[in-house]
Amino acid sequence: MLHERVPGLSRRLSEFVEPDRVRREVYTDPAIFELEMQRIHERVWIYCGHESQVPKTGDYYAVQIGRQPMVMVRGADGKVNVLYNRCPHRGNMMVGDRQGSSGEFFRCSYHAWTFHHDGRLRSIPMMESGYSGTPYGKEHPDCSMKRAARVENYRGFVFASLAQDGPTLKEFLGESRIAFDDMCDRAPQGEVEIVPNCFRVIQKSNWKIFLENQLDALHPSVTHQSTGRAAHEVEKEIERQTGRAPLSYHMLSAFATVTIDKWDNFQTLNYPHGHCILTGYMGLRPKDPDTLAYEKTLVDAYGQKRMEEILGVNIHHVLIYPGLSVQSPLQQLRAVRPLGVDRTLTEIWHFRLKGAPEAIYRRSLAYYNLVNSPATLVNADDLENFWKCHQGLSSEGGDWVSFARHYGRDIQMGDRVETAANCGTSEAPMRNQMKAWARYMAAQ
Amino acid sequence: MELQHEVEQFLYRQAELLDTKQWQAWIDLFADDGVYWMPADPAHKHWDGVPSIFAEDKNLMNVRMKRVLHPDAWSQRPLWGTNHVVANVILEKISPEEIVARSRFHMMELRRDDVRHFAGAYRHHLKKTADGYRIKLQRVDMTNAQAAYEYVLQVWV
Repeated sequence: MLHERVPGLSRRLSEFVEPDRVRREVYTDPAIFELEMQRIHERVWIYCGHESQVPKTGDYYAVQIGRQPMVMVRGADGKVNVLYNRCPHRGNMMVGDRQGSSGEFFRCSYHAWTFHHDGRLRSIPMMESGYSGTPYGKEHPDCSMKRAARVENYRGFVFASLAQDGPTLKEFLGESRIAFDDMCDRAPQGEVEIVPNCFRVIQKSNWKIFLENQLDALHPSVTHQSTGRAAHEVEKEIERQTGRAPLSYHMLSAFATVTIDKWDNFQTLNYPHGHCILTGYMGLRPKDPDTLAYEKTLVDAYGQKRMEEILGVNIHHVLIYPGLSVQSPLQQLRAVRPLGVDRTLTEIWHFRLKGAPEAIYRRSLAYYNLVNSPATLVNADDLENFWKCHQGLSSEGGDWVSFARHYGRDIQMGDRVETAANCGTSEAPMRNQMKAWARYMAAQ
Repeated sequence: MELQHEVEQFLYRQAELLDTKQWQAWIDLFADDGVYWMPADPAHKHWDGVPSIFAEDKNLMNVRMKRVLHPDAWSQRPLWGTNHVVANVILEKISPEEIVARSRFHMMELRRDDVRHFAGAYRHHLKKTADGYRIKLQRVDMTNAQAAYEYVLQVWV
């Protein structure tokens, strides 16, 4: 209920969000954060990982869903399971590392209870003598590792929901699944595989500040002016000396050469559940030998017409609310793991297009290293702004955060909200995210 | 002993250039084809074609330097400084083409009121030129490289 009065909250849920502005406590109140974890993150579909992270039986990866430590593991039947990372006996975490192999079964390091990879109890030391005459044993549900209520996989990308009910993954993703289609379709074999490295960077700010920045087309030329200018100067110098600079310089210099007014030419497409697409082609199809060789592998796999369709997909970023930002044309994604009301972990991954030439992998790898590594040339200034935002929102100098830019000019197309022509810097994505937020928070 | 002393002095001076923010002088210590590399994975043997925290030739070093010197590099506004200590210098290889030196570093960083510590191993591939040593490759294996980063690294470690 939107008008619900939640114990511990200063006002009714309905009073925090208006169509074009949001109260500051939404970002700073620990009680709201707790409610968000219950009603959003521990209920909706959350991205766990890619199935290629756990190729063999027993391979696992630890993942946080809301406040719950979970583990994604490959079972003997080939299925990827997502379990609570907890032994049902005394609560010990089953795996203490971020990744590894559990072998043929999980074995608790405390009292050696063992479990199949679907969570079922396998054995307890001296189970007969220890538990005969009690209800406990293999059939008792309290003796197995608890499973995520639902686990689904879309083109290799594994999601879990801790709620029994709700839309299927495909329904939940809706049009935003183009993030994964665009990524996989660009591979001549129709699949991607993980590049086995995760960059992990903590932001000292609320998780929503990061999500709101992802499709904020107004910020790049302001926040990233220094990087854009620096890269542009060096790019010109390389061109002067050798005739051609690597594409990665162009990706960085665009922050300065694409000025604020040009960002208005972009468009955002906003969907139910808070998802959003920012269109904008990233100049990833120069007529160099590497690109032409890649195009040929796609033509061989799919034919000329389909190749043109695949490489013509016009996407800059896809935001899958509440925890995933995907740059499909560059095969990378950032998963958001809220750690607290003012702390947010981002886990940043890169994928390889199966069957594509090495040069194409290296091109997007350069972006992964330069933009998404912990020594990023770009995000340092974003994180500085996020921290300052969070600090400023703690102030009583004002009660509201404004999302009014181009408000009233949005175009409703069925259940989709499009920004009008020349309104690319509209704050429609933030309005859309907060609309979804309010709906999630109101559902008990 | 003399060579050991020379290499040590070189490493100390390089660290001092970082702590005193003399970015251009620091870049000038690299050979024209020199590379500064901090692997994302300690098992990686070569910087080319793998995820890296840093993998920068002189052009990219230039981008980083120009960025931090730009008046609108917002993250450079606050009080920010580092202090490096370099020690345990071992000459691993001495040949006419190159000297390979291993060392250990400990860097303390202050940013606003936050202190962070980074420590690890350097491996310098040096060549001798008329102007002194130049770095062909500096590999930085930071002990806490794989841990989650509280904020990011803005310049070289």
